[in-house]
Amino acid sequence: MSTMTVDKGAPTRKVKYGSMSRDRAWALRWSYFFLTLFAIFSLVPPIYMLITSLKSSAEISAATNPWWVFHPTLSNYIELLTSNQFLTFFRNSAFVSIFVVTITMLISVPAAFALARMRFWGSATLATGVFLTYLIPDSLLFIPLFKMFAVIGDWTGIQLINRWYVLLFIYPTLTVPFCTWIMMGYFASIPKELDEAAIIDGASWFQTLTRIFIPVALPGLIAATIFAFTVSWAQFLYPLVFTTSTDQLVLPVGIITTLIKGDVFNWGQIMTGALLGAAPPLIIYAFLMDYYIAGLTAGATKG
Amino acid sequence: MADVAFQQGRVAGIGSKRKRSSLRAALKRKSAAAFLMTLPLILLISILVLYPAFYSLHLATLNKSMSRFVGLGNFEFLFKRETFWLVVRQSCIFAISAVIFKALIGFIVAHFVHNVPAKGQRKWRGMLLVPWVIPPAMSTLAWLWLFDPSYSAFNYTLSFFGIGPIAWTGDPDWARFSVILVNVWYGAPFFMIMYLASLKSVPEQLYEAAAIDGANWWQRIWYVTLPMMRNIIAITTLFSLIVTFANFDIVRILTAGGPLDHTHIFATWAFRVGIEGSDIPLGASVSLFMVPILAIAAIFILRDVNKRGNEA
Repeated sequence: MSTMTVDKGAPTRKVKYGSMSRDRAWALRWSYFFLTLFAIFSLVPPIYMLITSLKSSAEISAATNPWWVFHPTLSNYIELLTSNQFLTFFRNSAFVSIFVVTITMLISVPAAFALARMRFWGSATLATGVFLTYLIPDSLLFIPLFKMFAVIGDWTGIQLINRWYVLLFIYPTLTVPFCTWIMMGYFASIPKELDEAAIIDGASWFQTLTRIFIPVALPGLIAATIFAFTVSWAQFLYPLVFTTSTDQLVLPVGIITTLIKGDVFNWGQIMTGALLGAAPPLIIYAFLMDYYIAGLTAGATKG
Repeated sequence: MADVAFQQGRVAGIGSKRKRSSLRAALKRKSAAAFLMTLPLILLISILVLYPAFYSLHLATLNKSMSRFVGLGNFEFLFKRETFWLVVRQSCIFAISAVIFKALIGFIVAHFVHNVPAKGQRKWRGMLLVPWVIPPAMSTLAWLWLFDPSYSAFNYTLSFFGIGPIAWTGDPDWARFSVILVNVWYGAPFFMIMYLASLKSVPEQLYEAAAIDGANWWQRIWYVTLPMMRNIIAITTLFSLIVTFANFDIVRILTAGGPLDHTHIFATWAFRVGIEGSDIPLGASVSLFMVPILAIAAIFILRDVNKRGNEA
């Protein structure tokens, strides 16, 4: 490396100032060029969703230029938003996501507090276990879980399969471990003096959690909430396995199983449904991007 | 633990007797409180994660109607089937190539974003992360429509360059390519955001020192950037390997395993066999084959996490 330096450095030393800034300018231009390319690559599918959703089925089957809308119409949106079926999917999705977020926070925040601050017998093992659980994918557990709930239904007579609320039991297995993990990271970064001061002032553990930890770690709490919501909104495998009647389906599964009828693809409506299904996470992302990114990077960088 | 409890004891009571009893009370209260706080978590993990994991081991040893114990019969049956080996090969091709491309694209894009002035970075980052935000089931539908054989936007565009209609999801090789492409599109932003965060933590002085020593851009990446990012690259890659290996949504919606099982991976095949074919034990055996790869990746991740935990 050093010999190369001498070879290269010596003859060009005089023009170095000018060449470096010119290099910078060119590097910047290239960066913009490639970033534009990658941004187009990233945004083509969502933009194409929007383009198709504004077309009538006649225009789609006429095979005109697919990248342009000649006769924009909102008929797909009107049709979907007035269809009871679609609104049921939306309602099921909203209920499931909101309940799952609540359950997740109620379980993971106290657990994260206990694991981060109150060292007790087995707490380190439990923390590692939480992280490992987070690595277990849904595609490994869906078959035993399905069978388990079927057996519970046979034994107790409580039919849980094919009811949307069965998802309230299952989704927390995806959201709780990660949320506990990132909340542990946030709680651990709070200075010890703060909770010691609270305890000296006579606060109980519960008060320390609600008066000190939750307000101080609010950004982490928001990030965890966003994560739990996005995961429960986007989950596809579990609802596909556990729910089949059309009035019990959540949005992603509903769109795929009811709008695709045999070989007939009504693409205008499918794209409208997909766009409406993608809207809630996108809106949250647009307004809370920094929290979203914080949650994303916290999983691997904290701990 | 001891110091907090001790301080509390010291403040609460002045006499030595009161001090000891309140200390003991605090200890008692604390472990009880900690146990109560973690109890829901422990119950959730043991009933809905650990138990099913072992239950699937048990299920894998039963026959189709789940009435008889067949030992390793399901595995023997799988080993004899050609489709199974096809699925193994495809899962490996899918996961490894998708992760490599995601990592490469993420690395390159992170550098470009890092290069542009700081006030523009937010805008670019915002646009480039959109694929990760859209639920994969929804965005895969858009891809399916882009790949449509007769009205496909891709084939329409390519026809201007004289490239004949491509059966994106109909031809086995193109179908594999399409599935990997969609997965790369979906997963690359995650790498980009992770690498960008770690690029920002590399001290600027190191680059200045390298520049003074006359290092060119390649040497700067090889000798400064990569060693500084080694940890984050390793952990992101392993994590993504797990997620990609266990992927379900993209393959299921784009090709449903077709044409002729040529794009099935473990998760989609387990679903086909176990739920759609209602042979739950066989489906459980198929999905159990994901465990070794997941376990290896998990061990490495855990080692890294623990190591960094100790440094901090």
